[in-house]
Amino acid sequence: MKRSFRFYLQLAFALLVCAFLIVPIVLSMLAGVTDNFFVGWSSGFTLRWVEQVWATYQQTIWRSIAIALACLVVTTAAGVPLAYMLARHRGGNSRLARAFEELLMMPVAVPGLATALALIMAYGQYREFRGSLLFVLVGHVLFTLPFMVRPVLAVMQSSQLPVLEEAAASLGAGLWQRFFGIVVPNVFSGILAGALMVVTLSIGEFNITWMLHTPLTMTLPVGLADSYASMRLEVGSAYTLIFFLMIIPLLIAMQWVTHTTRSRVRL
Amino acid sequence: MNRRSQKRRTPAGRHVYLLFAAPGMTLFLAFWLLPMLRLAGVGASGPSGAAAYLAVLTNRHYFTSLVSTLLLSAAVTLATLMISSLVGLFLQRNRFAGKALLLAMLTFPLAFPGVVVGFMVIMLAGRQGLIGAVTNWLFGDAWVFAYSLGGLFLGYLYFSIPRVILTVMAAAEKLDPALEEAARSLGADSLRVFVDIVLPALAPALVSSGAICFATSVGAFGTAFTLATNIDVLPMAIYNEFTSYANFSMAAALSIVLGAMTWLVLALARSWSGNAAGAAA
Repeated sequence: MKRSFRFYLQLAFALLVCAFLIVPIVLSMLAGVTDNFFVGWSSGFTLRWVEQVWATYQQTIWRSIAIALACLVVTTAAGVPLAYMLARHRGGNSRLARAFEELLMMPVAVPGLATALALIMAYGQYREFRGSLLFVLVGHVLFTLPFMVRPVLAVMQSSQLPVLEEAAASLGAGLWQRFFGIVVPNVFSGILAGALMVVTLSIGEFNITWMLHTPLTMTLPVGLADSYASMRLEVGSAYTLIFFLMIIPLLIAMQWVTHTTRSRVRL
Repeated sequence: MNRRSQKRRTPAGRHVYLLFAAPGMTLFLAFWLLPMLRLAGVGASGPSGAAAYLAVLTNRHYFTSLVSTLLLSAAVTLATLMISSLVGLFLQRNRFAGKALLLAMLTFPLAFPGVVVGFMVIMLAGRQGLIGAVTNWLFGDAWVFAYSLGGLFLGYLYFSIPRVILTVMAAAEKLDPALEEAARSLGADSLRVFVDIVLPALAPALVSSGAICFATSVGAFGTAFTLATNIDVLPMAIYNEFTSYANFSMAAALSIVLGAMTWLVLALARSWSGNAAGAAA
């Protein structure tokens, strides 16, 4: 097929934008395994920066994974029933449900800095709570809850769920039985999409965490900021490399899930 | 059967769904709404009282921060919308080998936290950055602008482009090609088609994603924090007020103002684009 000049012009522009996004990622990954980035790659490749990061910041990595998983548990336990209420209260057409939905988005709409300051001013005096990982977890849950509720709600609104529920009810299933036996299994694709988003966002959360953390509750992104500010460029790069390796599988899984659910909806 | 359906219509049955919302809403009320009200109270507890909420306009220093924040965010939003519309429309309308890979790479930075975006800017325009190395080689003068508003602009652009590309592509998918063909057959050139047909159809998507881009740029903190703590934008002003000067009431008042601003921008855009979509349907 013969392409017009305009096609190549646009393609060149798209490639330029792509380079703007990808080149720094590649550079930082390379810098993380280069002996001396200032000298260049002729200085040779090494894993000692990665080892140094592992020795210094290993705790932040485990802590971030733990918080992300705890965040996933809480947002699923609170978010799926909440989505059910939003979908069903007064036939899914209530002003109260719309108001709840609107409110839930507030921690995303309002800068994380404000949310974090509010938490500190309200609960900062409870020293034990303030210094524990639970305090960071609360911030993460507030920020990620809507990302669990929305995909689950979307599946609840689009699927044949009410018909199935009515069938179950006519066979004598109670509300709780219907919720756990019919609703939860049928909205699993929504829960999966939400779960991937929640974990990815929690692992990368910085704006809220930076104000909430203490030296003992430092998470991965906070450690990243710390290493950028106080360590060699190579160390920051090696740390970023570890972060990329952690989120790349999540991103791929996310693309795969949206792809499969979309093609299923199209059928 | 009859008795069951009657039972469901009783008030207790109607409100049973509220029970499902109880855990989530309790979390939200206890840890977001109450603390926000407290924050608003602290904001008015300083030496100047509730007038602290006007300090962003009356105090020269905060006002400069506010203006530079708004100008920077507006510039980022405009640039992002232009770049992403061009790329998004191109990707939606052409098939070529490697397109899926290109799209995957363009949307890869979607989940990067602000700190990492800041580091990417340092990689590009920092002291040991690529732009510096290239300009040094070309002109004998290294361009280093990562640690200023220029670097922040680049960072927010980096952060926003992937999101807006996705929105533009989703909106462009729904465009009716017949409209464009009709316009073209009536003699409109491609610029006219773009301005009169494509742009109005994309407008709701552009407005809503532009608003998200603007609001994120106004409130973002991680990127500025990574680049330099003395960049004069409102989130950094709040941070410095809180940590360096321990001026809690002013930090509280400023963050309430900042939060109200971002929320208002998002709400306005949503009501506008929602109405526009309704009118089109």
